[in-house]
Parts: sequence; structure tokens; C-alpha cells
Amino acid sequence: MYVVVSLAILVTMVLALVRALRGPSVYDRVLAVNMFGTKTALLLAVIAFLFERPDFLDLALAYALINLVGVLAVLEFIQSKPRKAEAADLD
Amino acid sequence: MIELVLDILSWVLLCTGGAFVLIGGIGALRLPGFYTRLHAASLTETMATILIFAGMILQAGLSLAAIKLFAIMVFLLLTAPTASYALANAALQSGLRPVAQREGEDA
Amino acid sequence: MSSSYSARPLQIAGLLLILLISWALWSGIYKPLLIGLGVFSCLLSIWVAMRTGFFLHAMPLRTFLRLPLMWWWLLGEVVKSSLEVARVILSPSLPIQPELVELTTTEETDSGKVILGNCITLSPGTVTIDVHENRLLVHCLTAQGAAGLRSRESERRVARLEIKR
Repeated sequence: MYVVVSLAILVTMVLALVRALRGPSVYDRVLAVNMFGTKTALLLAVIAFLFERPDFLDLALAYALINLVGVLAVLEFIQSKPRKAEAADLD
Repeated sequence: MIELVLDILSWVLLCTGGAFVLIGGIGALRLPGFYTRLHAASLTETMATILIFAGMILQAGLSLAAIKLFAIMVFLLLTAPTASYALANAALQSGLRPVAQREGEDA
Repeated sequence: MSSSYSARPLQIAGLLLILLISWALWSGIYKPLLIGLGVFSCLLSIWVAMRTGFFLHAMPLRTFLRLPLMWWWLLGEVVKSSLEVARVILSPSLPIQPELVELTTTEETDSGKVILGNCITLSPGTVTIDVHENRLLVHCLTAQGAAGLRSRESERRVARLEIKR
């Protein structure tokens, strides 16, 4: 049963990767990567039950935390880029 | 008897959750434009998360794993809107206009 | 403001308790060194929370107690709108009617606005894309979702959380 669910999640991760590669804007890519990250947390939780190893739940939580911080950091980087360019122009 | 009912219920939840994950993935590919794809992503991030975690909580029964699953679910549900708000707002600030008419304007 | 300031030691104690309990649940290994590290990391988190002004936005306890009721209502909304969005995605003609709706909210506190925005974003089909002063800019996938927003049901639900009684 868990195999079906994890397969569905894996297929969705592939679809998200396709979207990340096709773009077109950088925000589409970040959206796809964010989706990929949350699906990874979901997949890890399902895998914990699939292989009956509860330790994987801790990994799922850690991945969810890292994913949030990572996406926010990437957004901050993208947003601050034009500002830095403006500052460079002023110099 | 009760175990059988719980099993069937959790399988149904898990399968519909998997179906919603797939639909969200298809939507992220099919929908045109960034802002509409946001909706497909939020479909997988809320509905599918709730369904899959609910199914697994039913399987775990009353145990530490169930509490951990619930905590992960609540964390994911609290942070998903924050991340998509940050993403949408960043796109809006950078001048990516939504392809939608403003309220009150004719198409 | 002064009332929430006087309640600060209690808030800090509450946060510390929550952190300690969750740490103890997650660790599962109870050796003196690890427990010491856990307590240290909890105190560090409290210090960081104080530095970032976490307690200025802290909600009163009664709001927390009313949250489960609201989650229950939100669950129904999420199910309804998910089915709607799934139908839209799967239909071959892709009948989307994207629309921007500007909501004016009467929420005064920051946390109220955040809860309202997050509730709107959580239900698929509607995403909050901008919050400024007391205006929320919401992107809707279908006209039906936009109509649901204009009925202001979610705002009433959030407002009910914060009633001072």
C-alpha cells in the first residue's frame, strides 16, 4: 500500500523537476523546487512506514525545516540581487 | 473488526492522498502562468499532506510515531502558506504581473 | 501593550515548557550530557526568540484554545476547494478564470492578519500574494473561489478567534 503512495509521490517529484527545468521564470523554478522539497519530506515519512523504520520520521522533520529555510534564503538572494546591482551602478 | 475498518479507512486516505499528489504534479505542468501553478502546488501541500499523514496516523495508532507524524503535519501546514506567500510576493515585487483582470474591469 | 508586557515571564515559561516537551519526545535518549545539551538548546531558542521580538506578537491563551475549532472548519473548506481545483486541473479544457480580489480586513493585530492570510492560502484555489496595511491581495484560480472570498466567511471565523471576552 505504501509502495503505491511513494510511487505517486516519486512521479510528482519527477513532474516538479520537469517544471523546474522548463522554467520559464526563476520563480517557477523556485516554486518547483519548493514543491520537490515538501514532497521529499512527505516521501521520507511514507518510507518510515514502508520499511518500518521510525527514525525516518526525524529525517522528515529535519528536511521540512531545511526546505523552508532554503526556499526563503533563495528568495532573499533573488530579491536582493537587483538591489546589489543598483548599488554597484551607483559606485 | 475495528482493526480492519481502521486499515481500510487509512488505505482509502493514503490512496486519495497519493491521487491528490499526482493531480497537483500534473497541474504544475499543465497550468499556464506562474500564479496559477501556485494553486497546483498548494493542492499538494495542503490536501495531500493532510490525507497522507492522517492515513499514517491511523496506521500508527496511539504511539510516539503518531505524535511525531502530527507534529510534522502541523509544521508543514504552518510553513507551506508562509513559503508560498514569500514566493508570490517576491514575484509580485519583481514585476511579474498576474494574468488576470482586476476586479471591476471588463475582460 | 503594558498588559502583554507584564505577562512576559509567563509567556517565556510557556514557550520553554513546549520546547522542553518536544525536545524530550524527539530525543528518546536520556543521558545527563544529552539532557544538558537539550536544555541548553531550548534556552538558546528562547534567547533568539526574544531577540527577534517573538513575544511582541504572542497571542493570548484563549486564542490558542479556540484554534482547534477553527481548524475543523478550515478542514472542510480545504476539502471543498481541493475537489474544485482537482476538477479544474483534470478537465481537458482547463477552465480557469484567474482573478485578483482585494480584501479589506478589519483585523488590527499582526497575528490576526497572518492567520487570515494563511487560512486563505491554505485552501487551494486562493493564494494571498500581498498584505499591506489592512488590504490583502488574493489571487483566485476560479470565479467560484473569488465568490467564496467575497462572502467574507473566513474573515468572520478569524475575527471570532480574537474576541476579547
